[in-house]
This record gives sequence, structure tokens and C-alpha cells, in this order.
Amino acid sequence: MHMYRQMVSIRLFEERVNDLYTRALMPGLAHLYIGEEAIACGICEALRKDDFITSTHRGHGHCLAKGASPDRMFAELLGKEAGYCKGKGGSMHIADPDTGNLGANAIVGGSAGIATGAAYAAKYLKTGQVAVCFFGEGALGQGLLYEELNLAQLWKLPVIFCCENNGYNEYTHFSESTAGDVAARAAAFGMRHETVDGQNVRQVYRVGSELITRAREGDGPAFLQCITYRYHGHHVGDIARTYYRPKTEEQEWVTQRDPITLHGEWMMENKIATREQLDEVQADLIKTMDAAMEWAINAPYPDPSRVTEDVYA
Amino acid sequence: MLETATTVRELSFGDAIKEAIAQEMRRDPRVVLMGEDVAEAGTTFKVLTGLVDEFGKDRIIDTPISEAGFSGIGVGAAMAGMRPIVDIMFGDFATIIMDQMVNQAAKIHYMSGGKWKVPMVFRLTMGATRRSAAQHSQSLHAWPSHIPGLKVIVPSTPYDAKGLFKAAVRDDNPCVIFEHKISYRKVKGPVPEDDYVIPLGVADVKREGKDITIIATSSMVQTALAGAKLCEAVGIDVEVVDPRTMWPLDEKTLIESVKKTSRCIVMDEGYGRYGVAAELGQVVAEGAFYYLDAPVTRLCAMHVPIPFSPKLEDTTVPSEQDVVRVAQELCTRT
Repeated sequence: MHMYRQMVSIRLFEERVNDLYTRALMPGLAHLYIGEEAIACGICEALRKDDFITSTHRGHGHCLAKGASPDRMFAELLGKEAGYCKGKGGSMHIADPDTGNLGANAIVGGSAGIATGAAYAAKYLKTGQVAVCFFGEGALGQGLLYEELNLAQLWKLPVIFCCENNGYNEYTHFSESTAGDVAARAAAFGMRHETVDGQNVRQVYRVGSELITRAREGDGPAFLQCITYRYHGHHVGDIARTYYRPKTEEQEWVTQRDPITLHGEWMMENKIATREQLDEVQADLIKTMDAAMEWAINAPYPDPSRVTEDVYA
Repeated sequence: MLETATTVRELSFGDAIKEAIAQEMRRDPRVVLMGEDVAEAGTTFKVLTGLVDEFGKDRIIDTPISEAGFSGIGVGAAMAGMRPIVDIMFGDFATIIMDQMVNQAAKIHYMSGGKWKVPMVFRLTMGATRRSAAQHSQSLHAWPSHIPGLKVIVPSTPYDAKGLFKAAVRDDNPCVIFEHKISYRKVKGPVPEDDYVIPLGVADVKREGKDITIIATSSMVQTALAGAKLCEAVGIDVEVVDPRTMWPLDEKTLIESVKKTSRCIVMDEGYGRYGVAAELGQVVAEGAFYYLDAPVTRLCAMHVPIPFSPKLEDTTVPSEQDVVRVAQELCTRT
């Protein structure tokens, strides 16, 4: 039930982000995680609070699943002082030491080093922490990722490379940008690797847990590919998408592969929850999210004098 | 009266840096050093020879040839509670680590609203005349100096190198130190055995004079001092000021010196065009404009890729004869 709640939270949060954008209340753009919720929720369910994650430009889901609070998330997206980064980071840079979130990163693949470095520190300092590096399949085109796979395996670091393969590098199908087999990349480094259905939160959790436990016990890193789909465009402004993917494909994922619907049905089939209970969760979270958004809309912007603060520690 | 016994030895520039690293590693177990061939090999310049014997391979860490990869590990490790020193064999490889240094390390503190810190040191080298040609000879310290969030250190003497390096390791920000390769063995000087730290952002007057100020960085401090000696013969009294750090920058000391002498040469082994010397010159031009008797003049590396042939390469770096020539030009203007 907790994973269900988390997935619904992310879905509702992201729907409101889209709404803020279309109402011209949000500066800049945002990259929505809708459709991919099972990955962040399944993985983070298996993590300790002090475990590390690094996130991506499509990072709201990771941050929320790791424990960020939606009001301060909204505030950051709106550039408000009360945001996680005092309005200095925005949608693509949410970071929060309290939940082990080393930060979302707007350089594709750019956080692979940070996650591996945090795992290195965890091993050196013997803290028992694990780091999870979330990245999209677009990062498979970045050289840094392969340097980190090599280093992580060479030094047996407790890091999980979690590849969210949503099929599209921005506006290009990944088959047009990616030679060979994805998992074979990890295999080439002798790294443990798995591929899972990223729409099945229980499967993500089960396999993720095993890899995370293994890493925590000193058995080294792993590569986890999660097959998923991005319901919306590359960013909120990417509306007309038929030139790179057909509407029928989108509809198929939305109607048949939705991670929240699938998990809800499974819970009902297995008598874990009733339809009413699931509806109640949803209604309850709608109230929370609406309140969080309103709070953020009404929160003050930072004073311009704050612009020079935090350049140096 | 109590006397504190301070042993001062003559150390090479390289040995002073090694001593700084060793002392910091003894002081703080969170300090580790990683790079290519740093352990048994002691770096390609043999500057770290012996450190692995004391600290072991867990703290003096040989890496694959993956500058971006292990720089990224340095960033993440620093965020997660360590104080890594990342060793980039040649400053020219700054190109390879740019994203980790500029987009990650430099910005994380700011982007996170001051929550995450990145206390790490990037060690890079600089300097030509090793007959290493265009990809192993550049002085690229202007690049990180352009970026808010980084601190940039360019020591010129063994004493400064030790004190500044220790300050960098203890700083809570990403610091980039450029070590002059030729100076490793060639430049020697007195270095106290003690633990001492030179604060970042304090310039040092290396020689006092009244006729002209030479603001010089790194290797060019030695060249400026040699040039100053030659200038004595032609009756010009040269003051040499070493900013020691590009950022934070001790603008006041530079400006005060030029107000006193009314003339200024800026010497730097990097490229002059859009470079460190251009910035230092502008600081002086803004701060001491009404005191100037001559235009602020730059003496820098020639604006060419560093050539291989000694006959060609040596012409690209400013010499002490250049100092005398330019000083005379500026001092004969009325």
C-alpha cells in the first residue's frame, strides 16, 4: 500500500506541475515522470533514509519517492524561497541532504560520478550506505557512464546504476541512438545486471531489493534496466509528438501498462485493498497535493539580495 | 622568553607539495588522493614518491585513465563526507574533466541552496618548456578562474605551495591548484617543517620596489624576480607582487602597489587574450587609473599552440629579457 500511495503522490504532483505550466504560473519548463512512477517507488522502498540517490532532469518522482515533501518541491519549482534549494535550483536540481538526495542533474549522465563517489565514500567510511544512480537510456550515449561502470566494478562499490529506459532520447527513439544490447554493456564490465518490467512496482522492488542488499553487503555494484514509458512529452511544452511516436503507442501504454492501475488491480485481486480504499487514498492525496501547491503559490519569492549567497561555503 | 623551535629546510617546490599532502593526510583520515600512477609510481613527475608507503593504496589510489570518471568520484565522495584530492596529471586534461569541475563541483553548493558542500582539491599542472608539445604544456588556470564556485590557486614558491595546498584541503569549497611542472625540481626555497596554512586570497609582495609593479603568477614570479635584478642595472626599481590565488583575489594589494609605483606589467604563463593577465590588468586599470603613468601591459604566453621544437617553444614563454625591455619602455614614457 505504501508503494501505491507513493506512486499516486507522484502522479498527482506531476499533473499539478503540468497544470502550473499551462496556467503560466511556473517559470521555465519541467520534465514529467508520469508513467514511470513504479521505478522510483520500487527502488526507494528498498532504500534506507540515509542511502544516497542521484536523479535526473526528470527527477520529481525520485525526490518524492526518497521522501521529499511536496510543498517544498512545488515551492522550488516555482522559484520560491521556501523551496528545497531556496529557489536557486528549480525543477532540475532538487537536492536534499535530509533524505540522501545528492541532487537531480541537468547534464545527462552527469551524476554517474557523484553517485559512484558517494558509494566510494560509503565504502571507505564503512557507513553501510548504498547509492542509486537513476538515469535515462539517453545517458547510454555518454562516455562518463562507462568510466563509472568500470570504476564501480573495479572497486566493488555499493552503487546501483538504474537505467530507466522509456524508449526515447528526448525526441528520438533509442533504437536510433543505441547500438547493441543495453544489458550487455554492464556484462562487459563483469557487472551483475538485471532487466525488469518498469511498470510492475513489485518486480522493481523485489529485484531492486536484492541488488541493494547485495551491494550493502559488499558484493559490489549492479546495473538494473527498467523498461518503462514516458506518457507525456520530453518536457511539459512537448505537446505535438506524432512526428516521433504514434498516439496509438502512447494509448497502449496508458491503458494497458499503467503502473498505478496494474498495482491497484493486483492489490484488489489479492484482497490487500478494496476499490473504496484505493479511491480513498487518491482522494486524500488530492487534498494534500492541492494544499501543497496552494501553499507554494502563495509563498514569497527570495529577495534579490540573496542572489550572491551560497556561491561559496 | 619562550622560543618555538621551527625547523626550516630548503625544499623543492615538489617536495613542499608532498609534505603538505602528507601532513594533511596524517591530520585528517578523510583525505585521500586519487589519480593515474600516483601510488608506487609517485606520479609521472615523481612528486608523490613514498606517500603510498605511509598511507597505503587505500588512500593513495591508482585509478584507470578516466580523468572525468575519477573526478566525478571525487565530487560525490566530497559530498558524502570525505576530502578527496583528485590528481590530474597534466593541466591540459582540464578539457576532459570540465563537466565534473564546472557543471558539478562548482555549482552544487549554490544549486542546492547551500545545503551540499564539495570540499575537494583538483590538482593540475601547468607550464611549458618541457618539450612536450601542444597537449601537455598549456597553462589553463584562467578557465576555472572564470567560474563562480571554484577557488583557484597558483603557487610560485615552495613555502607558498605548502601553505596554500593545506588551506585548499581544509577549505569547504572545490579548489583547483595549478602546480608548475618545471618548478617541481627547479624552484627551491625555505619551508618550515611545521603545520602552517596560508589563507586563500592574500597576495604576497615578493620584492619591494618603487618604479614599476610586476604582478606575476606561478612560474612568472621567478622570471619577474630575475628580470627585476637585471632592471637594477638600468636603474629601474621593480616591485613584484604575487596574487597567489586567482580567486579569491586580493585586489587591494595589487592596486595599492600600482598606486605606489604608477606603472604595471602583468606576467602570466597562460594566454594573454581573455586570460588571467587580462583580468588582473583590468583590476589595476579600474583601481589605480588616476595613478598610472603608462598603460598596463601584459607579458604572457604567445597566442599559439605550444610548439615542440625547443627553438620554437622557448620563444612562446616570456623571459627576464622581456621584463627589462618592457619595463624600460614603460619607465621612459612621460
